[in-house]
Amino acid sequence: MKKIHILLISLFLAFSFSILYTDIAYAGTSTDPSGAATGNASDISAAKAGEPTLSEVAEQAGHNKVAINMIWVLIAGFLVMFMQAGFAMVEGGLTRAKNISHTMAMNFLIYPLGMIGFFICGFAFMFGGVGPLATLGGYAGLDQEFTINLFGHTFGLFGTKGFFLSGVYDVAVFSLFLFQMVFMDTTATIPTGSMAERWKYSSFFIYGLAVGTIIYPIYGNWVWGGGWLSQLGNNFGLGNGQVDFAGSSVVHLTGGVLAFVGAKMLGPRIGKFNRDGSANAIPGHNIPMAVIGTFILAFGWFGFNAGSTLAGGDLRIAVVAVNTMIASATGALATVLYMWLFRTKKPDPSMMLNGMLAGLVAITAPCAFVTVQSAALIGLISGVLVVEAVFFIERYLKIDDPVGAIAVHGVNGAWGIVALGLFADGTYGGGLNGVASNVTGLFYGNPSQLWAQLIGIAANILYVGAIGWVVFKLIDMVVGNRVPARAEMEGLDIPEMGVEGYSGIKLDKGSETPLSR
Amino acid sequence: MKKIEAIIRSSKFDEVKEALHKIDISFFSYYDVVGVGNEIKKADHSYRGTVYDSSYIPRRALTIVVRDVNLRKTVDCLLAAAYTGETGDGRIFVMPVEEAWKIRTKVNGDESLKGESEK
Repeated sequence: MKKIHILLISLFLAFSFSILYTDIAYAGTSTDPSGAATGNASDISAAKAGEPTLSEVAEQAGHNKVAINMIWVLIAGFLVMFMQAGFAMVEGGLTRAKNISHTMAMNFLIYPLGMIGFFICGFAFMFGGVGPLATLGGYAGLDQEFTINLFGHTFGLFGTKGFFLSGVYDVAVFSLFLFQMVFMDTTATIPTGSMAERWKYSSFFIYGLAVGTIIYPIYGNWVWGGGWLSQLGNNFGLGNGQVDFAGSSVVHLTGGVLAFVGAKMLGPRIGKFNRDGSANAIPGHNIPMAVIGTFILAFGWFGFNAGSTLAGGDLRIAVVAVNTMIASATGALATVLYMWLFRTKKPDPSMMLNGMLAGLVAITAPCAFVTVQSAALIGLISGVLVVEAVFFIERYLKIDDPVGAIAVHGVNGAWGIVALGLFADGTYGGGLNGVASNVTGLFYGNPSQLWAQLIGIAANILYVGAIGWVVFKLIDMVVGNRVPARAEMEGLDIPEMGVEGYSGIKLDKGSETPLSR
Repeated sequence: MKKIEAIIRSSKFDEVKEALHKIDISFFSYYDVVGVGNEIKKADHSYRGTVYDSSYIPRRALTIVVRDVNLRKTVDCLLAAAYTGETGDGRIFVMPVEEAWKIRTKVNGDESLKGESEK
């Protein structure tokens, strides 16, 4: 008999005996296979085990409430973190094989780069003055906001506490940091799509630190950190101030504006436009990859939107999650039907992916405040909007955006903020930004909310556009933004990264770049 | 000995291979090629709203070395099996071969081209 047979037989015998003797081994301890009896009074911390007093029960209930919220925030944050993989696959799939190492390495390194930037000072600027963290146990140590006084009102500009997370050694702060960090990284990775295939890696590297330290956190503070846009309601009676539930403006519009400024400054890829200004197609090399990436993003988006309650005990999360998925569906369907029936007469896979993402971006701000019917309509509009925006950006603005990042995140981010001001149904959000009434939009009787939303969009475009332009200009002066033309023609993998993404696979690199006529 | 280079539609490859096997031409090499030619192009590609025609025509090239005695029947076989009648069916080129060796047996000349079945 072979040794392996003896081994397998002994294993089988040992396993059989272990089953036979299970009951004996645990005799005297009642087991609970159904789970119905597990967890009872004796699990509550009490001076007298099994007989907790009312105050001990109350203690435990409060602890459990915060625990549910905190676990929800962390798990939602883990989901959002995985969206980095989705972005990498969408952007990698919709660009060319000769640059794949470069495109993927940008999407990879933005995660640690942005994170460290956010750790150094981004978090402090954004949330240093946010005040008590109500759903996470009420820690009130983030209490320092730099403000100025204008027109007799206080304008919060940025926070000043929590640099390197020092002085805020508290579980609530750490949960918030994780959740907000992954949001910031979502913004940070958006411009890598619009600027793909021609962006010098050293320039990208510096940008990655800039976005996490300054660009994102300042606007984020204005909306989510207690800054002046969130106080438009308190100060000027404009609804609940600018409201952005999960980041159509803070995350997506910011990323879209940066993507716009960056792609405009870089110029189009070689071969993209002909002399008469007409555009050539530069097909992405891997549609399957882009499809999987989009599914990963749609999956992560449940964390993005539903997690933004910052409370697992806030059961509005069910409405949020359903609104999110409905808008993603109507967005994708609107795009595919619009392309198929009215545009190129083909369903166009890469566009339908953009359509789903557009629906998701647009519903991100209003997801908690609108009815599901409104969510369907918001997604439907975003699906058409994204197609027209892609055409407008390419054909009229002559900006080359390989993956449609500006149309998806910029245009639909703005649309999501407007949609909230129109469709918010007044059933949720009371107390938000210190305003007692529920968030209510124009169609439900409150035009002032729409004004706050429009001011928010204008502030975003002005601030992010300006600082983005300055940052990209400064980087250009120091290291240069664009790779040499020869590197672009031969593929960025070797000159920029040193290794081909598809090493050992023969690529027809010449045929990947169309000839400008 | 002659070398036949045939450029055919990739979609006709299996038929051509079967037909060649039937006339005992069992050994040849092939590879995918792209070319440009006067096949009527249609703008059937569409990507992100831009409709365009592909700039190349994919074909398959066959390299067949035969004894002079087999030349005519091989060419006839190709002409029949690769035919569709539409523009773009391909081309056949024939050129002389000076010498040939079979590496394992070290035989040369016509003998080296005979298949196992002909021995």
